[in-house]
Amino acid sequence: MQELLNYQSLLLQGAWLTLQVALLSLVLAITLGLLGALAKISPSRLLRSIATLYTTIIRGIPDLILMLLIFFGGQMLINNVCYSINESLNEYFTQQDASHEWYAYLPDYIDISPYIAGIVTIGFIFGAYMAETFRGAILSVEKGQIEAAKAYGMSKYKIFFRVTFPQMMRHALPGIGNNWLVLLKTTALVSIIGLQDMVKIAGDASGSTQQPFTFYLAVAFIFLFFTAISSALLKRLEDKYSIQTR
Amino acid sequence: MDFSIIINEYQFYLEGLWTTTWLVALSLILGLCIAIPAGILRSSENKLIRFPIWAFMYFFRGSPLLVQLFIIYYGAAQFDWLRESWMWHYFQEAWFCALLAFTLNTGAYTAEIVRGVISTMPQGELEAAKAYGMSKWQTLRRITLPNSLRRALPAYSNEVIFMIHGSAIAGIVTIVDITGAARVVNARYYAPFEAYLAAAVLYMCLTFSAIYIFKQWEKHYRIEQ
Repeated sequence: MQELLNYQSLLLQGAWLTLQVALLSLVLAITLGLLGALAKISPSRLLRSIATLYTTIIRGIPDLILMLLIFFGGQMLINNVCYSINESLNEYFTQQDASHEWYAYLPDYIDISPYIAGIVTIGFIFGAYMAETFRGAILSVEKGQIEAAKAYGMSKYKIFFRVTFPQMMRHALPGIGNNWLVLLKTTALVSIIGLQDMVKIAGDASGSTQQPFTFYLAVAFIFLFFTAISSALLKRLEDKYSIQTR
Repeated sequence: MDFSIIINEYQFYLEGLWTTTWLVALSLILGLCIAIPAGILRSSENKLIRFPIWAFMYFFRGSPLLVQLFIIYYGAAQFDWLRESWMWHYFQEAWFCALLAFTLNTGAYTAEIVRGVISTMPQGELEAAKAYGMSKWQTLRRITLPNSLRRALPAYSNEVIFMIHGSAIAGIVTIVDITGAARVVNARYYAPFEAYLAAAVLYMCLTFSAIYIFKQWEKHYRIEQ
């Protein structure tokens, strides 16, 4: 127990990092989800198939593999592309002018931070699930409402932001809530790509104190605390939004 | 990009595919054995039965699978009594810890599905079966089971996919599942893109086969309208 208290502030820092990653990826996921949902119901065939491809691929690949692919593979891919562009540019200029000296037009080496990779991956994954949620929610907004808005002469954007969006949120809220609870637990994976979140800190702490059970159990309880608070807040939000409907 | 690495090392990936498949399949079967009694007893009248099951489901549904695996795999070594008992033989094996963590996790999620199906069982159908003079066994086989499966299968197929995806973390604790195979290949050739892309394709095949099988099974119970 004493060991746990010694690591209290470090663990809390890790918990804060976990929350940051979760909240930022939620913002990304909601944005991607809205775009995906709009693409899925759009009349354009190209947009529809891109969105379908996106949601299908994400449903097929585990989050950990996607994270490793983006963090390790993406880094290598970007650096290889940058390198070959640099090479060909320099070759071209040397041919034009023999006195040309090698110059890095694009950065030589890009280091993807695990923080960004984690947020991008988790946001990207849950964007696909959010797209499904939002699609259902948009379709459940009454046609009559949109026709009425059209009759009032509202523009497409006005219809979306004044009529469709506020009403679909009511239908989307339970789905968003479920996705958020899963997302929160997925953030534990960022410890694998080296981010100092609470799982990583618990791992380091259990190495030096020889008490892995205590520390990982503590982390599990912090997660339980987060999920309990989220469920309570979501319930209140749902109650609030359902008042206006009968 | 050099995909000849994957072709050269295909036996690693095959081994990984096999490990992932049996690990997930066994966890699902054992998890179901926990889930059915737990889901039924979850709504028991007795508080002493109801509370521990609630706590079990709450813990395993509310915390990440990765942390649960670490608690079992790394945490078990903290207890001297466990290290000295016969159980240590199993707890020092990564595959056993992964199997235990996955089983308890899927057991808790599936118990919630079972509970939901039981609590929304249409009573009228059961009463009608009774009125027809069906025996308890007949009612179970002809009414309760098909009706429950019809409502539980979509949720359970999601749980199976979640488990296939979740099992990827087994590669972190030295098991050579698909992720583990990709990590070995990456370490050997330093080709992360190719190694993880191959793993992604294998997982996609597994997931979509599972989805296909469940779609066929769901068709079996669909009511023609």
